[in-house]
Amino acid sequence: MIGELGQLALCFALALSLVMAGAGLAGARTEAALARNIAHGATMGMLVFVILAFGTLTYAFVTSDFSIADVANNSHTLKPLVYKITGVWANHEGSMLLWVLVLSLYAGAVAMLGRGGERLTSAALGIQGLLASAFILFILFTSNPFLRIDPAPFEGAGLNPLLQDPGLAMHPPMLYAGYVGLSASFSYAAAALIVGEEGWARAARPFMLLAWIALTCGIALGSWWAYYELGWGGFWFWDPVENASLMPWLVATALLHSALATEKSGAFRTWTLLLAIGGFSLSLIGTFLVRSGVLSSVHAFASDPTRGFFIMVLIVCAIGGALGLFAWRAPHLQGGASFNTASRETALLLNNVFLVASCASVFVGTLYPLALDALNGTKISVGPPYYAATFAPIFFALLLLVPFGPLLGWRRGDVKAAMRTLYPALGLAAVAALAVLAIASPRFLTGALAFAVAGWLLGASAIDMAKRKGARASAFAAALAHAGLAVTLMGVTATTLWRSEALDLVGPGDTMTVGPYTLRFDGVTQEQGPNYQAMRAHIALMDGARVSAMLTPEKRLYPAEGQETADTAIHTTGFRDLYLALGDERSAGHWTVRAYVSPLAPFIWLGALVMALGGALSLWGRLRLRVSAPAAAPQPAE
Amino acid sequence: MRRSLKRAAFLFLLLAAPALGGLSLPVRAAPVPDSFSDPAMEARARHLQRQLRCLVCQGESIDESGADLAADLRHLVRQQMADGKSDQQIEDYLVARYGNFILMKPPVEPDTYVLWLAPFLVLIGAGAVAILVISRARKSAGEL
Repeated sequence: MIGELGQLALCFALALSLVMAGAGLAGARTEAALARNIAHGATMGMLVFVILAFGTLTYAFVTSDFSIADVANNSHTLKPLVYKITGVWANHEGSMLLWVLVLSLYAGAVAMLGRGGERLTSAALGIQGLLASAFILFILFTSNPFLRIDPAPFEGAGLNPLLQDPGLAMHPPMLYAGYVGLSASFSYAAAALIVGEEGWARAARPFMLLAWIALTCGIALGSWWAYYELGWGGFWFWDPVENASLMPWLVATALLHSALATEKSGAFRTWTLLLAIGGFSLSLIGTFLVRSGVLSSVHAFASDPTRGFFIMVLIVCAIGGALGLFAWRAPHLQGGASFNTASRETALLLNNVFLVASCASVFVGTLYPLALDALNGTKISVGPPYYAATFAPIFFALLLLVPFGPLLGWRRGDVKAAMRTLYPALGLAAVAALAVLAIASPRFLTGALAFAVAGWLLGASAIDMAKRKGARASAFAAALAHAGLAVTLMGVTATTLWRSEALDLVGPGDTMTVGPYTLRFDGVTQEQGPNYQAMRAHIALMDGARVSAMLTPEKRLYPAEGQETADTAIHTTGFRDLYLALGDERSAGHWTVRAYVSPLAPFIWLGALVMALGGALSLWGRLRLRVSAPAAAPQPAE
Repeated sequence: MRRSLKRAAFLFLLLAAPALGGLSLPVRAAPVPDSFSDPAMEARARHLQRQLRCLVCQGESIDESGADLAADLRHLVRQQMADGKSDQQIEDYLVARYGNFILMKPPVEPDTYVLWLAPFLVLIGAGAVAILVISRARKSAGEL
């Protein structure tokens, strides 16, 4: 019965989302106060029913109700409780339900906060309602998680063991909070085009920030998971699935900057609207790429096109509709701000130029091979060397310019004065480059350059913070986020250029060396996990004759799923990771062990965390500002 | 599925290395069954292996892949290196046999002009629009 309850809840949610769409859009007219109230009520009602549907599915997973196909295909009674719960979204159907849940939560927040006035809020809810109804239809018709199977199997098929991991458990909700969170900016932008409201950028800013923070954390979590789970010590693979999340991040970052200019000086009004539409469009395209099966092969998509076709139609309607609205209404918006060449507006505009171009690199790199294969059957590979030649130089140029933005005034800035202020940062850049050339071996010019830029960014952030001493906390948001970029840059560079690697065949008592470290292999024991058997290697990190740490990489066999995974062991000092993965047993007691020493590897994700904290500071400032002084609030010094 | 996707070739994330596609990495020679004792040769082999795609895997280079085909291709690369062939000759040989699909870095040819030029065309286009916007804004601001 539980399955039918969930399905019924989803049907009610669909009906309410249609009411929301109709009433919300009708409420864009000044006199339609009743429609606005209905839209508000329908939004909250839809949220309740979507939560109910999601809760129902979660209940079915927790209780291992194998009469529901989705549960039978993706769960198992022996799975630990936490992975029964995360199993809800670790499959196609459940993850689409999570998609709709996140969309509904954002819609609820838009309704509750009511930012930007009644008419704007109402129209935004209308657009959210349209999106929600389309995706609920998609779930009901092509991806219903509540379908029954008869007879119900006695045991489920289990969940891919790679996904039974705390990092990956949190990755999808976080990523979706970002991905789908961009729908709020999209809806506000479309609403602004309908209503003709000026203040939408300000109204939508908390949602933009929240989505950006979540997306940053979600991407970092995914990268961290790949690092420790896959056993290769890699952290980014330029894989289409990763690219699908990177593209919205790049555009969302551009949007945050452009919207700031729109809000503070009225510049780039139409451009900011276009970015809000573009950011969510890329989220939709990413969903299509990941969910349609088109990535594994163009032909896999063609053999079962229902899902892919549905999303494609949805994308065409959403993006086409939004762009049509834009083409129709945007020319009526007042444009043409005035600012000097040397101004923060110019800096923000350049930020956008480089971010959009770097996004274009990821976009063609991801989609062009698919398009070429579909067009004339030619197969090409677009791997990391392509991004090193296109994405990297464009993004590098952007990083060089970052420090100027916060130091230039709105409308009229002084580049020479900014440069004078930045001299210490230039000094720090030189010191960083020389230090890298002196310490790191072998010497890489690129490494020195990258550390120079990191020093430049960190120095500039410190200077910016010093200048704002005593200001409210949110004033430090940009400096913090930019410092995070520098931290990530150092981690990526050091790990990529100076990683040591060893692959040895070792027996009990044997030693191996990796980088400056000596490891002693003490043999392998068999362990029993809750739903897996593990071969656990005991490897001592030696400090002379003393054991300074024990590492226990494992190889796990999950009998229910019939899959093996490697559980890596990582010993970190914060400044370098010693990373071990257990390979195969080649002869009795002799195992292959893969070892890496990755300098500054933790910085990669630490930097992302710092960026997210910067975003959080800004968000906190925004929300506090509204609570304390709604009317004549002073502009936060961002 | 996720695993094979994720294990796609990685090492060349040169966020900090503009336009330096061919840069050898300081990776220690791993004592795989067939390895060169000369570190320079081994480094060359590893570099070359990262440029070649494992054809039966999803986005992995033959350097990382555990597939049999990848092992065969690694052996073939090392064999040809030992025979004194240049990197270019080895790549040409493999492309003749398997097509461009084997190259992680797609060649620049009519089929891939769009791929290679698009990012920079967008950069130039966006830059041109930016200049236009700025010149309008400064006129309206009265800056000379």
